[in-house]
Amino acid sequence: MAEGTDKAREEFLSEAQELIEGLSRSLLGLDELQNSGAEDPSLINEAFRYVHTLKGLSGIFSAKAIGTLAHRVEDALDALRLGRLPLSAEFIDVLLRTVELFWQLLSHEKDGDEPPDLQPILARIRRLTSETSSQQSREEFEFEPALLAVLTEYEEHRLRTCVERGLDLFKVRVRFGLATLDKELDEVKLRLAPLGEVITYLPTGEAASLDAIELDLLLASGSDNNAITQAIGGTNVTVEQVPRRAVGPASSPLSKPQSLEPLTSNRTAMPTQHPDSEIAQAAAIRSVSQTVRVDIRKLDVLMNSVGELAILRGALARMTERLRTDGQRQLASELHRIYRSFDRRLSELQGGILEVRMVPLSQVFDRLTRVVRQISRDVDKSVRLVVTGSDTEIDKLIVEELSDPLMHIVRNAIDHGIEPRERRLEIGKPEIGIVALNAFQKGNHVVLEVEDDGGGIDEKFLIERAVASGHVAASEASVLSRDEIMNLIFLPGVTTRQEVSDYSGRGVGMDVVKTNIAKLGGVIDLHSERNIGTKITVTLPITLAIVSALLVRCAGNTFALPLNSVSEAFSLDPGRIKWIDSREVYTLRGASLPLCRLDQLLELTPLPASNRKRRFVVVAGLGSRRLGLVTDELLGQEDIVIKSLGKSLKQVRGFAGATELGDQRVALVLDVAAIIEEVLRGSEGRELVGSLHE
Amino acid sequence: MRILIVDDSSATRTFVREALEARDTPGASSEVVEADNGLEALRVLPRGPYSLVISDINMSGVNGLELLNFIRSNKSYENVGVLLISTQGSEKDKERGRRLGADGYLAKPFTADELRQAVNDVVAKRSAGG
Repeated sequence: MAEGTDKAREEFLSEAQELIEGLSRSLLGLDELQNSGAEDPSLINEAFRYVHTLKGLSGIFSAKAIGTLAHRVEDALDALRLGRLPLSAEFIDVLLRTVELFWQLLSHEKDGDEPPDLQPILARIRRLTSETSSQQSREEFEFEPALLAVLTEYEEHRLRTCVERGLDLFKVRVRFGLATLDKELDEVKLRLAPLGEVITYLPTGEAASLDAIELDLLLASGSDNNAITQAIGGTNVTVEQVPRRAVGPASSPLSKPQSLEPLTSNRTAMPTQHPDSEIAQAAAIRSVSQTVRVDIRKLDVLMNSVGELAILRGALARMTERLRTDGQRQLASELHRIYRSFDRRLSELQGGILEVRMVPLSQVFDRLTRVVRQISRDVDKSVRLVVTGSDTEIDKLIVEELSDPLMHIVRNAIDHGIEPRERRLEIGKPEIGIVALNAFQKGNHVVLEVEDDGGGIDEKFLIERAVASGHVAASEASVLSRDEIMNLIFLPGVTTRQEVSDYSGRGVGMDVVKTNIAKLGGVIDLHSERNIGTKITVTLPITLAIVSALLVRCAGNTFALPLNSVSEAFSLDPGRIKWIDSREVYTLRGASLPLCRLDQLLELTPLPASNRKRRFVVVAGLGSRRLGLVTDELLGQEDIVIKSLGKSLKQVRGFAGATELGDQRVALVLDVAAIIEEVLRGSEGRELVGSLHE
Repeated sequence: MRILIVDDSSATRTFVREALEARDTPGASSEVVEADNGLEALRVLPRGPYSLVISDINMSGVNGLELLNFIRSNKSYENVGVLLISTQGSEKDKERGRRLGADGYLAKPFTADELRQAVNDVVAKRSAGG
């Protein structure tokens, strides 16, 4: 079994995931550069370092298969970064395939999934790396041994490469304050970047003190001393060219470490201060790393506590109210002040926890980029992926669940949407198809769009399929509106293509995508124009942890409706109800809204007519599918934490869970998406579907 | 004994921390401070004193060899032992570490026992005046 405690092992799994993501990102970057004919040695080195760390880790944690694969990939990348192998498109291909395998191996480590067979890929890597040219012993180094002594093999290689290109080598000595080291160093790096490549930083021993340090930045550049000095500016800087020495015999080894002079410089050394032990003690207690890794479940527990506090807050408010009505005004107003400050702090706490849960969408987008590349190669189409808004943030849990549905949508876009090359040229479209992935925040929602410039969806075919699968009667087919037709794609068993390809239509249809998005509290919409393209819009709540809900009463029961699925509420005017096909429809601003009486739907005993003054309609649903839910009373808005109904009640449709309210009573939370689905499907009346457009 | 572990992998740092902090023989328990790269180590070092620095070699920016060279050329750190760790492979890097005056070298992957043994060796070597 693996070494290390559970905690260390869990950390291993999440770090391995980050490393694989990092590897994937670097490789995709390389691929992009390769396509545009450019090169960036630092990207290869980055990829190397990810896989290098992964190898070391998997060794420590006894993940043998990951270790084996990482080892081979590392060798290949090492040969690439040290210039022993040329980088080819095929090479990048093979490397990107290993990323997929790493994912599978990792899920094998995590959940015991079937591990993939590594032999084919190992053989391919072996074949590619067997062409290694051994130009190891070309030119010997012409720099001071003291300088070479502290470089890693890779840094030495970069140094050699730069010098071979005719660049000069400079030591840029800069004094930094320890407290602001990162910021100042970034600034310097930024200024040096246009001048050449910073190979490494060498800390000098001389001027180090408790609060400052000197670094020699080793810069390979075509500029001269003056230009570099000017570019950096500042007073704490000296620039010095590193002299080349005549080529000697193979690097003369240093006999004793003491003989190692710090890189020569004519600056006077600062006296070294001995650390004041008291300050040192205090400082050492401070945490060194700026980030912490937290299990999302721990945040859930915290969020639950916040939920409990919110309930206490409600109780406090009611107590204040009672004191006031009992005539204890002074006490009531004091308590009210406490309540207000409690309320403010609680909101801060809640906001803080929510913020910690947020991660940028780039986590899934990076994977999608890889998928696009893979699929477009396999179906032989040229596709360019254009991504915007990948820094948009959303709840970590949503990101996890998002990757499958998005992957499916993107697959469809490439496989079904984008036309084959010849067809595109024939109809005057650019040869390269475009799939755009956009994300942006809109209020409390995040909107994701997947848009392709392909052939669009064939209406006729879609209707045929829907009729064939029994979802639509042949007689109704002719009167469907375009949007209604497009929505047919979300019905089970409806696909837009006759032949099932490897990539899409493997039994998982858009109906599953839709269900999965709905599980996250999101909605999906589709818009398609023949020969212009298809756009799929997914709207998701930013977080699932805490939601604002509208509380309603119906037949003596309290229900909560997540506000993100409520668009408006108004009092019911019985005069506006029409009956169409034995269904109630409400006329709202000239459009018709299907109605659903909540008490009837849930089979509750309705209040006697004498008890009803007026009733209310809550318009639920987003996008094109809406429903008016008729209730007895609107109670108001409250932030709730949704708790699961537990395993035994999991099958009950129509409820998203339960929640505890401020008055310590429990209310059921309605699953609006499921109810709409149920009611609109049950109606079989296509007039009711998506008939309200604004 | 206070130990500084410098490695860009947090799982490795945790592994090292747990391996060494578990070494609770009376009077010899270790406090492990973490730094996730060479620069961070430079910042943390003056807050010592540290008896031992365990550092990865292959890190971007200030690498393990540079960190070692810095420690060896700075008088205030003359009592600091340095144990280099790195994934096996580059003999050159390992050899350079030895020449720069590393007190020990350990190839990844290593077990907790191997790490503790290496730490003990460095400590013994240091206190013997080597």
